[in-house]
Amino acid sequence: MSRVWSVDVRVTPREGILDPAGETIRRALGNLGYEGVHSVRAGRLIRLEVEADGPEAAVASTEKMCEQLIANPIIEDYVVRVREG
Amino acid sequence: MEVGMKVGIVRFPGSNCDADVYRAVTDGLGERATYLWHKSTDLEGVDVVVLPGGFSYGDYLRAGAIARFSPIMREVIDFARGGGLTLGICNGFQVLCEAHLLPGALVRNRNLRFRCHDVGLRVENAGTPFTSAYGEGDLLHIPIAHGEGQFVAEASTLDELEAENRVVFRYVDRRGQATDAANPNGSARNIAGIVNAEGNILGLMPHPERHSLSVLGNTDGLAVFQSLLAAVSRERSHPGDRRTDAAPPGAREFAAGAVAGAGVSS
Amino acid sequence: MTRTSLERVEARPGDPVMSAALVAEHGLSPEEWEQILGFMGREPTFTELGVFSAMWSEHCGYKNSRPLLRTLPTESAAVVQGPGENAGVIDVGGGWGVAFKIESHNHPSAVEPYQGAATGSGGILRDVFTMGARPIAIFDSLHFGSLDSPQSRYLFDGVVRGVGDYGNCVGVPTVGGEAIFDPAYERNPLINVMCIGVLPLERLIRGEAEGVGNPVMAVGARTGRDGIHGATFASEELDEEAVDSRPQVQVGDPFTEKLLLEASLELIERDLLVGIQDMGAAGLTSSGTEMAARSGSGIDIDVAYLPVREKGMTPYEMLLSESQERMLLVAKPEHEEAVREVLERWDLQAATIGQVTDDGMFRVREDGIVRVEIPVKPLVDDCPTYVREGVMSPATAEARAADLEAYGSFGSDEAVETALRTLLDSPSIASRRWIHEQYDTTVQTNTLEGPGSDAAVLRLPAEGRALAASTDGNGRHTWLDPRTGGRAAVAEAARNVACSGARPLAVTNCLNFGSPLRPEVYFQLAGAVEGMGEACRALGTPVTGGNVSLYNETGGQPVYPTPVIGMLGVIEDLERRVPSAFRRAGDEIWIAGTTRDEIGGSEYLAACHGLVAGLPPALELEEAAALVDFLVEGAADGAFASAHDASDGGLAVALAECAVRAEGGPLGCTVDLDAAPAGADVSAAGRWFGESHSRVVLTCRPGAGERIAAHGRRHGVPVARVGVVDGPDRPCRLTGAGHAIAPPAAELARIYEEAIPRRMSEEAGITS
Repeated sequence: MSRVWSVDVRVTPREGILDPAGETIRRALGNLGYEGVHSVRAGRLIRLEVEADGPEAAVASTEKMCEQLIANPIIEDYVVRVREG
Repeated sequence: MEVGMKVGIVRFPGSNCDADVYRAVTDGLGERATYLWHKSTDLEGVDVVVLPGGFSYGDYLRAGAIARFSPIMREVIDFARGGGLTLGICNGFQVLCEAHLLPGALVRNRNLRFRCHDVGLRVENAGTPFTSAYGEGDLLHIPIAHGEGQFVAEASTLDELEAENRVVFRYVDRRGQATDAANPNGSARNIAGIVNAEGNILGLMPHPERHSLSVLGNTDGLAVFQSLLAAVSRERSHPGDRRTDAAPPGAREFAAGAVAGAGVSS
Repeated sequence: MTRTSLERVEARPGDPVMSAALVAEHGLSPEEWEQILGFMGREPTFTELGVFSAMWSEHCGYKNSRPLLRTLPTESAAVVQGPGENAGVIDVGGGWGVAFKIESHNHPSAVEPYQGAATGSGGILRDVFTMGARPIAIFDSLHFGSLDSPQSRYLFDGVVRGVGDYGNCVGVPTVGGEAIFDPAYERNPLINVMCIGVLPLERLIRGEAEGVGNPVMAVGARTGRDGIHGATFASEELDEEAVDSRPQVQVGDPFTEKLLLEASLELIERDLLVGIQDMGAAGLTSSGTEMAARSGSGIDIDVAYLPVREKGMTPYEMLLSESQERMLLVAKPEHEEAVREVLERWDLQAATIGQVTDDGMFRVREDGIVRVEIPVKPLVDDCPTYVREGVMSPATAEARAADLEAYGSFGSDEAVETALRTLLDSPSIASRRWIHEQYDTTVQTNTLEGPGSDAAVLRLPAEGRALAASTDGNGRHTWLDPRTGGRAAVAEAARNVACSGARPLAVTNCLNFGSPLRPEVYFQLAGAVEGMGEACRALGTPVTGGNVSLYNETGGQPVYPTPVIGMLGVIEDLERRVPSAFRRAGDEIWIAGTTRDEIGGSEYLAACHGLVAGLPPALELEEAAALVDFLVEGAADGAFASAHDASDGGLAVALAECAVRAEGGPLGCTVDLDAAPAGADVSAAGRWFGESHSRVVLTCRPGAGERIAAHGRRHGVPVARVGVVDGPDRPCRLTGAGHAIAPPAAELARIYEEAIPRRMSEEAGITS
């Protein structure tokens, strides 16, 4: 049954890829006195409303979008999740 | 009595218009300038603090968000809250907003691209310590160079800014009209620069320091620094009186609440 | 540290076993391998193989280009530092020097346009500030496929963002360059970036490793696995799989770069260093060995002290990583602490990873165990070089022989006007505003003439002086005739610089070619370098360095051979600089230089007829040199109100550009092309759109033309008055060869301004 699914895509820098933004935030937190922050990775969250036959289909089509446009698989990982409700 | 003024230019890691402001003040105006290191806690007795343009901390997270917590900023905030003349240009404007010294926030340009070119600016309020050497309604050509210069604030804040005559510069076309086409970044109501309620803190996105040297053929920006010099001289001869001739009646009554209350969290 | 005998070099447990296939994978031929075995006296370890692979790649070793490059002139009174350093340096007077260099980042940009272009900008900035110079300008010379292709639009958009974001953040204005669009670059775009910096000459520092025992320090970003074997990657052609089997993409961090820039200049100013070099292509390997080679010393480092970003990195990976924003310093020993303090003040990491030795060895340890021990001299200097056989490709021969007679005439006046409109709408000719408005062009308050002028003009610290610079190249002309193309790249760059009133002084070059193993590509490379050398000698502008980028091909199809020249010149009195566009109505319009019947290889044939054919316009060296003298002396004398080089699209396009770029808005003009100096039997197309070299559109105040004529006579440059500048809202009334057109200047301006934005509008805002 086709309906609109709310889908979250979380895009983060791939493991091993330099993340200047995350690193700068980590150092700034240290300067503010937050000790023990070992790593910060800065990514982005993209929220889509996708029409599909089921949650699996919504995920599958969103993953295609990620490969093509939303993420750059050369430097970024992404996780696709259907939100409840 | 001491004459002239000494301008303190804050250097954050990633500031890159610090030297341009320095040259505008020294070569353009013939006044003194000094750099204030971000890790310092001493304003060295300067008369004016400038937060220059650039990409402090790479503009990572949000433009100005990390610089706002630099050690020097505690002193700058005290200085500004105490009535000290404080000018934030481009990235400096972003820092002032992040520090809640000015209301609103600066977000990505409407077309999502960095833009650098001369814009038309109209002087909306020539009664501030930053603009007294201009005439009301003067049209200026000043460069912009930013990716995140779209000024946004809640409608009530914008209304308040306008009611209190705190919009100092607007983006306008060649005929001086604040049209949508003349708005380079989508700023609310074509706002290019604003002051706080007391009138001692100015933030603007365009770069007056880049048009302050006659060798470059355009000195439309120099009057900002000339105005500051006049204000510093006036302060020295009449200490404590920050009023300027053209200050709108009533503006000062709003002073107390506006600083604390008008910020839009970003 | 104690000397280590060769026998004590230990292979690492788990290293791949040496085999012919492994050697071949590292880009080394069996003969090269034999040579290595010869001077090593043993079989190299896997880590050492990696070192050889990088240093003997085309990128570092110039295997195929060195014998050709040796023929270029490299010296003059102005040259302080020629090729072989991080960047070239010239003397611009008043105790000031200018460091400059151009470099390519073609393959990384093809794979990841944003980061590829950004890291390309970062690398060339470091090359300049490691000479002790503060970068004051960036230029980008870009070649893409047709903007009708979505892939080209994606690459173009990403590259412009990458160049822009990096330079904007570091605070160095991008003030000039070029953007050329041709299907020949569809899958393999060319991204060449030139950086220019200024320095007090007494502060010049080099990439040297002198003084036994001096500490060697790694500074800046930590080392990750990014771009391992980038140098080798850059030396292979891009195949279909490259997009998947690519090495990890390097990510640029302009914020750290800005800190490195400030810290480095402070270290140099305080005289705390012996030498400094960017860890660019082939990272620690090339910087370490090249610094030692320049000083005839050795270097002994332990990678255990190298700050790394990832766990479990092997010495092989650490030596070959191309993580960005890193530099290698050799400090004066008594200043090691002071160096550390400066770097800490700028929030930068510094680690002492070894020291300078006198045994001529590049020695690398892992926790004390020697993994690499290679004599520096043969490693750096004895990379084998090859002189190959070149032969003109059949396709070029066929194109050159084409009969162009049918294209020499127009059926009607409308056909002429349509051709002019088509040319102004060609993205290679059209306004670059869409590009340069994304670049900060005015930061540092030195920009006197920015993008849109023939040459960018920047004020120099030396009082009253200005620097003019331009980048130029023409791949299509070079494909049709490499030697002429090489000459023309130099001459056009010189002409652009001279149009602004500057005396051209020196060049940096970037050679973008296909695989030199193809005889037809080697023919192009050899011919282009020969032509460049001829023009550099004729114009007195030696080569101070540059970059060679070979293997620019996809699916067996090389790009057009594209030598790009970055030219610098100096204007003695900046008040005498000359803008390129018309200034005011009533000014006289003059044309200098001879129009010949030369439509071969023109943008007119390509844009209007889809044809790349014929012989490109000849470049007569004496004419080119005379024109430069004429322009420089005329400008110093105040004879010109404006000066604009006629190149792509010929005289008609040059006149239209002068009209539409006028500062206060488009100006009309009335011009008779038949009045321009011309050779015999010039066809109509040749007169309107032919691209004969050494021609310039000039203007002067009404009645002041005699001075132009006098300068023309003095230098043997034919000049003629051809018309007058008209007011705004007036047409560009052009007549010639029996045709007349009068399109409104404002209409031409609209076409010229909208050509690129119109094509890019669908893409707006998609990429990050």
